[in-house]
Amino acid sequence: MMLNRRSFLGGSFGALVVFQQPAPVPEAPQAPESDELRDPQSAGLSRLPVSPLDNDPVIVDVEHKLKCTCGCNLDIFTCRTTDFTCTYSPALHQEILGLYKEGKTPEQIIAAFVEKYGEQTLMAPEPQGFNLAGYLVPGLLVLLAGGILSVVLLRRHRMAQLAGAAATAPASTTPAVSSEEMERLKRALSEVAD
Amino acid sequence: MTLLGQFALWIGFITALWGFAIPFLSRWQQRPELAATSIRATYALCAAMIVASLALWKGLISHDFNIEYVAAYTSRNLPDSYVITAFWAGQKGSLLFWALVLSIFGAVAQVVTSQRHKDLMPYVAGVTNGAASFFIATMLFGHSSPFERLAFTPPDGNGLNPQLQNPGMVIHPPMLYLGYISITIPFAFAIAAMMARKLDAGWIHAMRKWTIMSWLFLSVGITLGMWWAYVELGWGGYWAWDPVENASLLPWLTMTAFLHSVMIQEKRGMLKRWNMSLVIGTFLLSIFGTFITRSGVIASVHSFAQSSVGYFFLAFLLTTAVSAFALLYYRWPQLEPETKLESLASREAAFLFNNLVLVGIAFSVLWGTLFPILSEAVRGIKITVGPPFFNRVNIPLGLLLLALTGIGPLIAWRKTSTANLRRQFLWPTTAGLVAAVALLAAGFRGFYVLMSWVLAAFVAGTVLQEFYRGIRARMRMYQESPLMALARLVNRNRRRYGGYLVHVGILVYFVAFAGMAFKVTREVTLAPGQSVEIKSPFGNTYSFTHLGVSQYQALNRIVSAASLDVRKNGAKFAVIKSEKRQHIDSFGNKTFEPSTEVGIESGLREDVYVVYAGSIAGTEQSNFAISINPLVWWVWAGGVILVVGGLLAMWPGGRTSAPVARRDIQSGFEARLVGSEAE
Repeated sequence: MMLNRRSFLGGSFGALVVFQQPAPVPEAPQAPESDELRDPQSAGLSRLPVSPLDNDPVIVDVEHKLKCTCGCNLDIFTCRTTDFTCTYSPALHQEILGLYKEGKTPEQIIAAFVEKYGEQTLMAPEPQGFNLAGYLVPGLLVLLAGGILSVVLLRRHRMAQLAGAAATAPASTTPAVSSEEMERLKRALSEVAD
Repeated sequence: MTLLGQFALWIGFITALWGFAIPFLSRWQQRPELAATSIRATYALCAAMIVASLALWKGLISHDFNIEYVAAYTSRNLPDSYVITAFWAGQKGSLLFWALVLSIFGAVAQVVTSQRHKDLMPYVAGVTNGAASFFIATMLFGHSSPFERLAFTPPDGNGLNPQLQNPGMVIHPPMLYLGYISITIPFAFAIAAMMARKLDAGWIHAMRKWTIMSWLFLSVGITLGMWWAYVELGWGGYWAWDPVENASLLPWLTMTAFLHSVMIQEKRGMLKRWNMSLVIGTFLLSIFGTFITRSGVIASVHSFAQSSVGYFFLAFLLTTAVSAFALLYYRWPQLEPETKLESLASREAAFLFNNLVLVGIAFSVLWGTLFPILSEAVRGIKITVGPPFFNRVNIPLGLLLLALTGIGPLIAWRKTSTANLRRQFLWPTTAGLVAAVALLAAGFRGFYVLMSWVLAAFVAGTVLQEFYRGIRARMRMYQESPLMALARLVNRNRRRYGGYLVHVGILVYFVAFAGMAFKVTREVTLAPGQSVEIKSPFGNTYSFTHLGVSQYQALNRIVSAASLDVRKNGAKFAVIKSEKRQHIDSFGNKTFEPSTEVGIESGLREDVYVVYAGSIAGTEQSNFAISINPLVWWVWAGGVILVVGGLLAMWPGGRTSAPVARRDIQSGFEARLVGSEAE
C-alpha cells in the first residue's frame, strides 16, 4: 500500500494528538444485568458467596498460622485467596470455621490442627525444645562473633594507645623497655593478629 | 538442527575440558606456553555454545515439536516473545542458557582484562572452562540435553505455563541467571590469584567491576522476581521466603559483604583471607541456589521436577568447595594482613560489623531454609519454616544492618576522635529523632515499623550530610554553583557517591517493606451493580462497584474479565479489571487450569489490588479479593535507585584514573574531603 505525503502527515498529526492527550479515566460503562456466563468453566472453579466469618480477623489470623496441605507452601488464608484452583484450602477453611463455630479459641483450633495434621501444619515451628535452636542460633552466633570482635578491637586499641604513649613520652622520662617486656608485647600483639 | 546442536555440545564439552585442565597441567609440567591454549579454548567454547543455542532457538521458532523440549514448553499459538524466552523456561534449556552466558562472560573477561594481569588469565580461563564443562556434562550425561527427540511428532506442543507468560518472567530469570553466572568471574580471579601466587591488590582491581556487575544483575533479578510475584501470583505480596527466593538472596548478601570489605583490603591491606573466603562462599552459594532449584531436596513452588541433575550439582558443589578451600589453606600464610585494625571507632571496624551482620543474615536465611531437613534428621518430625519464622529471626538483624548502613560512612578510616564523632552524628541522629517524634505523634506504635522508619531517616540524614559537605567544600574551593559542585563531586568519586545512592535504595526498600505491615485485605461477593467500601491505612475510603464479567477469546486464551468501578473518597478513581485466563492450544483444547491476572492501580502511597476469585454458580455474581497495599510503589523505586547507584559506582572513569587522582591530591581535594572526614 502506497502512502502519500498528506495521509502520512495527517496520520502522524493524529497520532501525536492521541498520544499527547492525558489518558482519561474511562467512564464506567452501564452495568449489565446479572446473567449466566457463556463459559463458566473458563472462569475457574465455582465459588461460594463470601460470609462475614471469611473476613473475621480471628479466622484470618489463625489461617495465617496454618499451612495449606496442597503442597503449595502457602498458609491457608493466602492459598484460598490466591490459588483459586486449590481444593484443599477452601476445605481447610471450612474446617476452621466449623471449629470456631463450636466455640473453640484460636489456640484450640491450632492445637486441633497440629493433632490432626502434625507439627508441619504450623507455618513456623513453636519456639520450644529443639526448635529453639532454629530461632536462636543465628542471633546468638552474630552476638558471639560481634562480642569477640569487639573484645579483640578494644584490646588492640589499648595496645595502640600504650604504644602511642610510649612513643610520644619525653626521652628523659621514658623508662627503659627490657627485652623481656618487648617480647611480651610482641606475643600479645601476635595474639590479636587478624 | 538437533544434530548440529548436540554436536556443538560435544565440541564445547571437549574444548571446555581441555581449557580447564591445561593451565593446571602446564604449571605441573613447567610448560607455560601450553597455558595460552586455555584462553583459545575459552573462545572456541563460546562459539560452540552460540551454535548450540542458535540450534535450540531455531527448533523453538520453527515449532519443531519432534524435539521433546520444544513440545514440552511451547505451542503453535504461543506469542512469539514467549516462544523465544521458552529457551530458559525449562530445566534443559536453562542449563544450556547457563553454559552459553558463562562461555560469553569467560570470553569477555579475557578480552577486557588489562594486560597487566596476563599471568592470571590462563587460570581464569581454566576456572570458567571448568564450570562450563560441568554444565555441559550435566546436559550430556544427566539426561538433560534440550536436543532430545521424541519417537513421534505431536501436532501441537503443551504450551508454556500461564504464570510464565508474563513480561516479568521474560526478564527476571535471565537477570537472575546473569547474576549467578557472572559470580564465576570474580571466583575465577580469586582462584587464579591463589594459583599464580599474585596475592597483592591486582586481582581485586581486575575483578572489581565484575563483582559490582554480578551484584547488580542479582539485585535486578531479585527485584524483578518480587515484581513478578506481585503482579502475577495474586497474593498481594512480593516476598514469601520461599527456598528459591532465599537461594537468590544468599549470594547477594555475601557479595554485598564483599563489596564493603574489599574496600578495607584496597585501602589498608587487611582482610585478605576474609575477602577470599567471601568470594569462594558467594560462588558456592550461587551453585547451592541452583542445586536447591533443581534437586527437589526442599519443597518449593519454584522447584523443577526432581531429577538426577541434583546429584550432579551436589557433586560439583562439594568438589569445588573442597578444592577452593584447600587452595586457600595452602596460600593462607601469603595472605597476611599488611596493617592491623587500630580502633573500634573506625571505618574498618564499622565495615567489619556490617560484614558480620550481612553474613549473619545469610547464615540465618540458610539455617532457616535447611532447618526442616535438620529437624527431621534430629527429631524425625517434619516441620514448616515459613514467613513468620524468617520475619522473627531476620527483622532484628535487618534493622541492625540498616543502622550500620548509616553509621559506617560517618566514621573515618583508622580512628575517629570523639569530637569528630559528635560532629558527624549530630544531624543524622537529629533526623532520626525528629522522625521518631513525628511518627509517635501520628499514632504509629509498632516497634519494628517505627524502628525501620526512624533508622531510614537516620540513614537519609547521613547520605544528605555527605552530599552537603562535599558540595559545600567544592563550592568554597572552586567557587562552583551547587549543581556544578554536585555533578563534579559525584563524577570525581563515582564509586563513593554511587555507593551512597545504593544506601538510599536500601533505605527506601526498608520504608516500603515496613509499609506492608498496614496492608488491608478483604474478600467480597458482588453481583453486577453492587458496591462495597474499604478504608485504606492512609484514611482514604475506596468504593468498588462491580460492572460485570465479559468473556472473549484473545491470542491463546479465553478471557473472563471482571471489572470494578473504583471511587476514592467519592471521586472517580479508576476502572480496575482482573481476569481469569483459560489457555487453549491451537485446536481450541483447554490446556492448563484457569489462571488469574491481577488488576492493580498503583500509587505513590498505596496500591489498590484486585483479584477476581471466580464466579458464583456460573453467573456474573463474583468473588473478589481486594487489598490496599501501602508503599509498594516504593519497593520498585528503591530497586531503580539501587540500580542507578550501582551503575554509577561501576561506570568507567571518574576518580580511578591516575592523572585525576594526582590532580585531586595536588589541589588539596583529597586531604580536605577524605583525610579528615569519613569517606
